[in-house]
Amino acid sequence: MGHVSARAGVAAAVLAVATTASCSLVGSGDDSSAGGDGSERQQVVLVTHDSFVMSEDLQREFEQESGYDLKIQASGDAGALTNKLVLTKDDPTGDAVFGIDNTFGSRAIDEGVLAPYDAPLPDGAETYVLPGDDGADGRELTPVDNGNVCVNVDTGWFADEGLAAPSSLDDLADPAYADLFVTPGATTSSPGLAFLLATIAEYGQDGWQDYWTRLMDNGTQLTQGWSDAYEVDFTQGGGGGDRPIVTSYDSSPAFTLDDSGGTTTQALLDTCFQQVEYAGVLAGAENPEGAQALVDFMVGRDFQQALPEAMYVFPVDSGAELPADWATFAQRPTQPLTVDPATIAADREQWLQEWTDITTR
Amino acid sequence: MRRYATLAALALGPVLVLAVFFVVPVVGMVGRGFVVDGGLDVGGVLEVLGRERTHRVLWFTVWSAAVATVVSVLLGLPAAYALHRLAFPGRRVVRALLLVPFVLPTVVVGVAFRLLLGEAGPLGGLGLDGTPVAIVAGLVFFNVAVVIRAVGAAWESLDARPGEAAAALGASPAQVFRTVTLPALRPAIVSAASVVFLFCATSYGVVLTLGGLRYSSVETEIYLLTTQLLDLRAAAALSVLQLLAVTALLVVAGRLRAVPDPTLARQLARPRRPRGADGVQVGLTLLVLALVAAPLVTLLVGSLRADDAWSLDNYRALDRVGQGSALLVPASDALVTSLRTAVDATWMSLLLGGLIAVVVSRRSATRGERRLRSTLDGFFMLPLGVSAVTLGFGFLLTLGRPPLALLDSPLVPIAQALVALPLVVRTLVPVLTGLDDRQRQAAASLGAGPLRTFATVDLPAVRRPLIAAAGFAFAVSLGEFGATSFLARSEHPTLPVVIFRLIGSPEPEAFGTALAASVVLAAATAAVVLAVDRLGGRSFGAL
Repeated sequence: MGHVSARAGVAAAVLAVATTASCSLVGSGDDSSAGGDGSERQQVVLVTHDSFVMSEDLQREFEQESGYDLKIQASGDAGALTNKLVLTKDDPTGDAVFGIDNTFGSRAIDEGVLAPYDAPLPDGAETYVLPGDDGADGRELTPVDNGNVCVNVDTGWFADEGLAAPSSLDDLADPAYADLFVTPGATTSSPGLAFLLATIAEYGQDGWQDYWTRLMDNGTQLTQGWSDAYEVDFTQGGGGGDRPIVTSYDSSPAFTLDDSGGTTTQALLDTCFQQVEYAGVLAGAENPEGAQALVDFMVGRDFQQALPEAMYVFPVDSGAELPADWATFAQRPTQPLTVDPATIAADREQWLQEWTDITTR
Repeated sequence: MRRYATLAALALGPVLVLAVFFVVPVVGMVGRGFVVDGGLDVGGVLEVLGRERTHRVLWFTVWSAAVATVVSVLLGLPAAYALHRLAFPGRRVVRALLLVPFVLPTVVVGVAFRLLLGEAGPLGGLGLDGTPVAIVAGLVFFNVAVVIRAVGAAWESLDARPGEAAAALGASPAQVFRTVTLPALRPAIVSAASVVFLFCATSYGVVLTLGGLRYSSVETEIYLLTTQLLDLRAAAALSVLQLLAVTALLVVAGRLRAVPDPTLARQLARPRRPRGADGVQVGLTLLVLALVAAPLVTLLVGSLRADDAWSLDNYRALDRVGQGSALLVPASDALVTSLRTAVDATWMSLLLGGLIAVVVSRRSATRGERRLRSTLDGFFMLPLGVSAVTLGFGFLLTLGRPPLALLDSPLVPIAQALVALPLVVRTLVPVLTGLDDRQRQAAASLGAGPLRTFATVDLPAVRRPLIAAAGFAFAVSLGEFGATSFLARSEHPTLPVVIFRLIGSPEPEAFGTALAASVVLAAATAAVVLAVDRLGGRSFGAL
């Protein structure tokens, strides 16, 4: 054994180092878009969450119109996105961001993650601008899409039971509806957090804790994420669950159509919390012009019109045409519940901790 | 000195890889929690460790992982025996199927378990949904294959003669097992158990999904603190705690693994037909099978139902892209991407893991050398014991800028290889350590060079474990693992990514399609593992 030559060892070590080098080659077939023909096309990198979808047609359209190559860096869930940006703000990994929502917007602005950019807003988008986003240098977050997180009910189930469907947050804590409600948790799911915020908006900073205690006493089931709650536990989900009340979206009834031209579910419009997703230019971006062009493109008609099909959210452009089923079945609240973004930024941690204490008791 | 030079040369490559893709990111991330306003803040971190909540979370992590490990070993041992020492039709298929849980995205497994255990499920009456029992069952489901495969590989090459001799001298089967077989298998069992424990202690989705958010482990807590609250100090405190606990575990495991004479007379026993006396083992194996199969059957049944009738519509939908479909690419394309990534990760982890195993298993001349080798051994186990979110955020923090601007390179296979690495090492080391060094000396004295010695002595012995390890590595990489979800995905989505998107889509058909895609992923894995196993079996038989 003593004379195992060092040569064999060195050869093996070299091979191992080569491993790391060559694996970059193995996978690098993806990068063929980088201008190999000598013309230096500049790249714009979009940082986003892994629910982001942009069709190849739209990507090509953007690249042709703007002259930039688009690279999409999608990773992690929506909740982690803002904190990742905060962590890397001194040296951002991209130029533009999409997917910061109104629950994280304030923090992103306070932490100096974004550079001001007043993108031209389409009709109707003004109402979605983040309250408080009015710095001297201009707006930092451009609203791109919105949707409401609402409690949904299985109307057929309640008709069969001869029970009036609930209509308010209060009803959910009513013993008549015991063991019927399922919701994703506020710490692990963004609609779950939105529902918690709806209850904070309704019952106030000092009243929601008591409401949640009653809610949990009434047999509310918590799940990790939306798909767990809707698909597994909800009576109209794919898994055939047994709970007819669920936290979902105002667009959900457009996806539960029956054979007779109606929908089998209904969103309770007094329980809705509005979610808005924003795009912005990152502070310290290598290609700020490219990032601005991308933000412009996202509020443009083509991108706006594709949003419902791509990401199941509503466009902010009031002139964008909705899919027929959405126009018919997705009823929207006129006055969704809201919580001031600055308050959310300040109190999120405390709320989540209190919520955890109440729900794990 | 020459010995150290060889050791260093062999270990250099793997150590470098681990340093860049593990040590630097984790240190970078944990460092952020310790440094407050430019100064070191140890007091703040200590304060977090003193919190009552921290203690509760730590206690839950330790006991749930320990129980899941014990159950995995108790169920895995008889199954390892039945599947690796007994000959019966279909045992290869069963072995391949047992690896399937490894590749299924946690979100799918969570859904499958909840379809089964939930209020409306066939086992809903047991009331297990949202209990620690469900969490432990989920952990065992994922990990029992580790025990079966790692211990099975060792058991397969275990000389049957000492046991037969003991039996001839009047020992009962139980006595033979306790005094002959168990001691010989101990290194493999401890190896497998330590890996399982680390997997369980760092699991995220299982704890949350099956525990109904009622339980927190160190891992879920770090996740919450890092991604939602950006409380880096508390996250760092827990990460350090995790590292310390893992190190302690590895030291203990190292002690337990050590046997006075690890040399095993290697003699491949021919699998024999089951006898009446094997009843208990076969029964427990069936139990394991039932545990693993039940959620899988739930998936299969779910995938075959559409509009309240049996149909193949969900499978037909797998290649339909466009209007009204949540699919971005045909599932077949995603499968090909998955397989390509997995092949990359597999050869990387086999190469690196093989080198480490050789270094670690060589007999040491001095105490210092032995200590060095066992430190190296433990070092490569660390990635299993550290939070995926710490590693993932660490990647962003440290690999995004020079000198290590690596974020744009495809990191996913490398991250997967790192996760598979300990499995490879732990499967190979017990066998390599068991080789009688005199065989190598004999080869050398007959004029064989070191490479030739390796090829003629070591390689034949590890061929089977190597194949077992390849199956592991492949399965690990086909699934999506923690840290990889923080890495930028390539534009070509893998099958788990497609499933993730499908399961989160409100399109009415998407849920069924997601189940169908999971079944395809499971079937593809089983097929590849089966093919690899067969390949190995044949060439070994020819020896």
